[in-house]
Amino acid sequence: MRVRIDPEVCQGHGRCYALAPGVFTCDDEGYGEVIGDGTVAPGDEDAARLAVDSCPEYAITAE
Amino acid sequence: MPAAPEPPPTPATTGAPAAGRPVDDSDLVPTRERLAAAVAEAPPEEEYGPVHDFATDFDHTDEAWVADPYPIWDELRETCPIAHTERYGGAWLPTRHADVSAIANDTENFTSRSVVVSRGRPPIELAPAGIAPPITSDPPFHAAARRLLLSVMSPKAVADLEPSTRAYCRELIAAMEGRDVVDAAVEYAQHIPVRVIANMLGLPESDGDRFRGFVHGILEGVSKPLEERVEVFLELFEYLTPQVEARQAEPRDDLISMLIASEIDGEPITPFHVTRTVALLLIAGIDTTWSAIGASIWHLADHPDDRERIVRDPALLPTAIEEFLRAYAPVTMARLVRDDFEYEGCPMKAEEWVLLSFPAANRDPEAFDRPDEVLIERAPNRHAAFGLGAHRCAGSHLARMEIRVALEEWLAAFPSFRLADPDAVRWSAGQVRGPRALAVEVS
Repeated sequence: MRVRIDPEVCQGHGRCYALAPGVFTCDDEGYGEVIGDGTVAPGDEDAARLAVDSCPEYAITAE
Repeated sequence: MPAAPEPPPTPATTGAPAAGRPVDDSDLVPTRERLAAAVAEAPPEEEYGPVHDFATDFDHTDEAWVADPYPIWDELRETCPIAHTERYGGAWLPTRHADVSAIANDTENFTSRSVVVSRGRPPIELAPAGIAPPITSDPPFHAAARRLLLSVMSPKAVADLEPSTRAYCRELIAAMEGRDVVDAAVEYAQHIPVRVIANMLGLPESDGDRFRGFVHGILEGVSKPLEERVEVFLELFEYLTPQVEARQAEPRDDLISMLIASEIDGEPITPFHVTRTVALLLIAGIDTTWSAIGASIWHLADHPDDRERIVRDPALLPTAIEEFLRAYAPVTMARLVRDDFEYEGCPMKAEEWVLLSFPAANRDPEAFDRPDEVLIERAPNRHAAFGLGAHRCAGSHLARMEIRVALEEWLAAFPSFRLADPDAVRWSAGQVRGPRALAVEVS
């Protein structure tokens, strides 16, 4: 599983890095960023899916 | 019926600086004369009675709406779903999540020049910044004005404020020692955001009553005569202008001084821009956070099962808070229609309002299962309590911290509490909804 944030759509709500701190982090302005290349460790997959489904802007995709 | 006001003849819609370049705005600082002129241009005051048909004549300050807006929105969503009113010089009310989201993201057709519905419209000459940048700014100026605030409102910056916020919550609770009944809205929730924002801005905490007066006048006094509303704005700017001037002369270690030193496109921002952004921070963070904390306590006072679950397992609290934010979202924003525009069959006229009801969007069954049930374990929860699009609440990380700390401390002190008199709970009117009288038995 790999996740990606569309920076054009992200508005910095901060749900992703609150819900899946092993997968996402934030920049100095509070916008979400994927950690590394966005590859999700097996133990983080549920949290990553929760983050994808909680983004108010639909800014995150998983594949 | 008031005529929709003519769009003022103006350079602002066409002559706004192309980039985020500051303009000389010193001739726009509010004075009694300038505001009197704006009042004279507003559509005439009309007497409207109680609302009989929310689809064609809604009023968000109507008694029935203030008491319980949810059935009103549900019915409109099923039958309308975009309501209209002639009040306030014309306003629209989308109730579906999809429409609220589409309009929030359409900064071309909908301007943020004012975000609080009232009879008057702020002078168009204030564009592109607006009366309270960045919330009243449109692109492209908006992004630059907003960037000034994001780093001081980031999760990392907010974490530094948590210990002082917690200490203050404990102080408020300690002052209730020995009481059987306390007002959780008046004696607890309202003080927390006032203290936090006063400390950030470097304003005296002892001015808290004045801040609440400004907030009340601006956000809850929308049906008052314009002359009275204008007085509140004058008082607010008369209070803030010397605060900004004092820090221009001698910078301090506070957010006002940081704003004075900040730049847009390599140019310092104007003192009037600083004053207006400080006005925004003061007004936007108080009523809203107070409402979110109060509504959460109200729910827990009235739902012992939820309260007991959270007390037994505090790890549930963050998820529960998101659900309280969804179900009792305090904030409705507004836009002005820029030019005549048809949206989903609605003939929207220039200078009409659109109420962006994030609370109604959060109750849309197309977006949420069982939307009218409060499920404290709801996850995922894609709610829109902090808005959608480029104007997402810049203080959302700060607000979430304040709400969490306030509830953690409240529940630690009062693991068991109930409404002293459910009928005596009173909710605010206007675009910020929360309990303003909330007596609870804590013994």
